[in-house]
Amino acid sequence: MQWDIVIGLEIHVQLATRTKIFSGSSTAYGAEPNTQANAVDLAMPGTLPVPNEQAFRYAVMFGLAVNAEIERRSVFERKNYFYPDLPKGYQTTQLARPIVGPGYVDIQLENGESKRVRIHHAHLEEDAGKSLHEDFHGMTGVDLNRAGTPLIEVVTEPDMTNAEEAVAFAKKLHGIVTSLGICDGDMSQGSMRFDVNISLKPKGSDTLGTRTETKNLNSFRFMEQAIHHEVERQMDILEDGGEIVQETRLYNGDRDESRSMRTKEEANDYRYFPCPDLLPVVLDEAFIDEARNSLPELPDARKARFMDQYGLNDYDAGLLAADARLAAFFEETAQHGEDAKLSANWILGEFSARLNAEERSVNDSPVSGIQLGALVTRIADNTISSAGAKKVFEALWEGDGSDVDTIIDAKGLKQVSDTGELEKMVDEVLAGMPDQVAQYQSEEDPKKRKKMLGGFMGPLMKASKGQGNPKLFNEILQKKLDA
Amino acid sequence: MTISRKDIEKVAVLARIQVDDAQVSALEKDLGNILDLVDQLSAADTESVEPLAHPLDAVQRLRPDEVTETDQRAEFQAIAPATENGLYLVPRVIE
Repeated sequence: MQWDIVIGLEIHVQLATRTKIFSGSSTAYGAEPNTQANAVDLAMPGTLPVPNEQAFRYAVMFGLAVNAEIERRSVFERKNYFYPDLPKGYQTTQLARPIVGPGYVDIQLENGESKRVRIHHAHLEEDAGKSLHEDFHGMTGVDLNRAGTPLIEVVTEPDMTNAEEAVAFAKKLHGIVTSLGICDGDMSQGSMRFDVNISLKPKGSDTLGTRTETKNLNSFRFMEQAIHHEVERQMDILEDGGEIVQETRLYNGDRDESRSMRTKEEANDYRYFPCPDLLPVVLDEAFIDEARNSLPELPDARKARFMDQYGLNDYDAGLLAADARLAAFFEETAQHGEDAKLSANWILGEFSARLNAEERSVNDSPVSGIQLGALVTRIADNTISSAGAKKVFEALWEGDGSDVDTIIDAKGLKQVSDTGELEKMVDEVLAGMPDQVAQYQSEEDPKKRKKMLGGFMGPLMKASKGQGNPKLFNEILQKKLDA
Repeated sequence: MTISRKDIEKVAVLARIQVDDAQVSALEKDLGNILDLVDQLSAADTESVEPLAHPLDAVQRLRPDEVTETDQRAEFQAIAPATENGLYLVPRVIE
């Protein structure tokens, strides 16, 4: 049987405010446990929350960036449930009047097509603390530093039909919030967490199937794997004549397995009600205009500019513009590297591969944009070959020197571009290969001739100890052989 | 609607409040009255009434995003039942 896949996402975005949403405690990452958890965060009796203006500004900026209506008067609700990392016994969140109303994001698919994903709403809420389940004499440890960190939860419509679209949306959203500067986007530290709702229905059917929710995916790769895994699991059940149970599932990316966390029957009744500690928040037009005026360049606009200003193609510009930090790195490289297209190739090739292999973010790169730009300059002006450039890049990455020209000299990577010297080498090599020369000259087919030309390059590079400029070698060879 | 002695004793344990037998009897009556009042309220038809966010006709003041709190972990942990390595310890919870 053929199935249609229906996917909706809920994304928790940690806002990059200095303080918590309802208290003046710092939100800095990595502090000693509970040193950033004050009386409000600990839910001590007699405390009152006071909302952080910046959290509202960031939420409004997000809403404007996803073409959404901004709710001028938003209200907070209490979502009641019991867990030790939630000391109040409820999460302060928004249900009836979320700050960001319906909007949309257009995503670019690999086949070049664009697709609109609708956003149902986005609301402000507080994060919970962390429970540490390592054994503390049979007890659980609780760190409440994260409790009260502002989040926006973005809820999409079920508009995605496969893992590729869901991941494209997730990456686009990541690009938007990091470009806005409202989230650091550091997924390994939980700054963005994805919940995926998936259901299957017979191909073409209008009736939605029962859905499951896979929670807390914190990388694009795990998200893609989790979707494939869950689609297959549901397909197996349905094709065996079974029924999908509406439930929340946890996915273990390292083992590619999932398990049920709770079913609908066990689901909490959250007893939502308006939070009596907080008055409605009313935002005036001046506040919203100020947020609109402070919107920075967003990925779509940046992509268009990269194509226009640097002459990049659609694909490269899209990749570089998607992530604010990668985009900034590219611009730094291009400004120091003279050749923007070559800069883009290096960043999307060697540089990104190296970052991925070491699971580093752009900001942790040991090579700066200025250094990479200097390297690109030396490739563009033929000082070094691309093979030599890889050696320089390696040295920069490993910290064996920081100045590109010094590394080139120290490693003797400078290409020989003196045509007189190169011609001498070509003459010597050709003299030693009379049979191949004769064969080449008797060949009529230009394609075959071109291929045979390559046969001389190996000995030439060897004769020049790898330092001959291959482009010049090629030109001289053709000139001499075709003469 | 009624509330049993058992319910009251359980809530008291959860809230970490000590109540003696005489207090439980009094609470049984008082809380029962409150619950009856809630039942009476629940009977009202609120179908077309928008929930009231707050009884005061005022709007929320917002706070600038500046750190105003200092680390008072030692004071808070001095009154916690169990702590270790800076963590609050609670009866084990397993997801």
